[in-house]
Amino acid sequence: MPVQVNLPISDDVIRSLQVGDSVLLSGVMITGRDAVHKWLVDTFIKKTRPPAGDDLAVYEAIRPLLNGGVIYHCGPVVAGLDTKEYRFVAAGPTTSIREEPYQGDVFRHFNAKGAIGKGGMGPKTLQACQEVPAVYFHAIGGAAALIAESVKRVLGVYKLDFGVPEAIWVIEVKDFPAVVTMDAHGNSLHETVRRQSKAVLDQLIP
Amino acid sequence: MRDLTSELLELVRFTSTNLPPDVEKALRAAYEREAPGSAARGALETILKNVEMTRRNSTPICQDTGTPIFFVRYPEGYSPRRLREQIKAAVAEATKKSYLRPNAVDSLSGKNTGNNLGDEHFPTIHFEETDGDTLTVELMLKGGGCENVGAQYSLPDNTLKAGRDLEGVRRAVLDAVWKAQGEGCAPGFLGVSIGGDRGSSYVASKEALLRPVDDTNPDPELAALENRLTQEANQLGIGPMGFGGEASVLGTKITATHRLPASFFVTISYMCWAYRRRKMIVTGDQVTYE
Repeated sequence: MPVQVNLPISDDVIRSLQVGDSVLLSGVMITGRDAVHKWLVDTFIKKTRPPAGDDLAVYEAIRPLLNGGVIYHCGPVVAGLDTKEYRFVAAGPTTSIREEPYQGDVFRHFNAKGAIGKGGMGPKTLQACQEVPAVYFHAIGGAAALIAESVKRVLGVYKLDFGVPEAIWVIEVKDFPAVVTMDAHGNSLHETVRRQSKAVLDQLIP
Repeated sequence: MRDLTSELLELVRFTSTNLPPDVEKALRAAYEREAPGSAARGALETILKNVEMTRRNSTPICQDTGTPIFFVRYPEGYSPRRLREQIKAAVAEATKKSYLRPNAVDSLSGKNTGNNLGDEHFPTIHFEETDGDTLTVELMLKGGGCENVGAQYSLPDNTLKAGRDLEGVRRAVLDAVWKAQGEGCAPGFLGVSIGGDRGSSYVASKEALLRPVDDTNPDPELAALENRLTQEANQLGIGPMGFGGEASVLGTKITATHRLPASFFVTISYMCWAYRRRKMIVTGDQVTYE
């Protein structure tokens, strides 16, 4: 049976989650992928570029959502762009490994409790998962319509100038389905599968 | 030449929302092979539910509606220039209707054009004049996750002990599948091109993916290698989404093209499970889709 997890998530709940657990997430979360992670790290964490335009206002708006919250690696198909009555039509996860250079720092800076994506992440993120603590939730890649059904409302959007897929969408979800594949105890299903499949590969092409 | 914009719009809608039956059949068979209660079986169950849902609701199977890649075969008398205009108009309209996500990003400014129209390579359109009087337009929507795990090898490759023969090809393909893990939305399908130059080899590897999942390569040697690669890729145990499991690759399609004496490329285009490709056939006034 899947575990019901409400956002924001406490450290106790995060630590109780184990690799292999199926979860249903409910609450408010934000989307963020390549452009957002680079922008957050450059502007507010490494500070290699000064804030400009609405940067500071957006930062203040998303900070409470990330504190105890999760970031969803997703570039949705959104209807209602002309009327601003936004509705997610298709909203599956994107490949998370591209955020590997940034994710751990984002978790630490915002006290974020996890990321949702697909394909898993690497050692830097796994390390941050143990420190913060946080976990990696794996959603089913390509199951875009099914996941969009769990998005009950679009509460707002920031940085739409990044483009629809790259913007920060604030969404309310109910029973968003995912599987924990990296936990706060240093376990990663992706690392296990990589290791096991390498052993087979070495036999197939010695 | 008649205006086919609305028929092309239907091709885009159909491709984005309705997974081809041969692909779905392969996914159903894969589902049966996974152990009851496993994460792999759960992933495939979700995938199959999603496929049914998008067909019913006419919404995109995946939010990454990918690069629209058109393969157009036109009889004498059609104008490729006007077909291009109509294809672009259909793509922009499909984006407005949420059948496609706006996906064309300026590589320098980072700006998304908002309508899937970029420079002359976006959408990608391949034209070929053919005999007869039938126009066919095939559309493949290939998402970024699987496109990113595509790979090209230049043989010989010492680290893989891959020489310039089919055993070398086998080694390169298995290496690419292992490197991809679940990142290309496994279980995937492999389009493999042997030969060509770097550019033509990638195009040929995508064209190989236009073949039906359950066909047999007319070349017996390549047919045998296709079967062997699918089977060995599955032995890796990567499984759906990289969760571990039986189904990592559901089909391999290999094509061989001529090469320079100095070059021997092996190019792998990895296609995600959301293997979206459809065809529109125009003969006279009649337009059909498959």
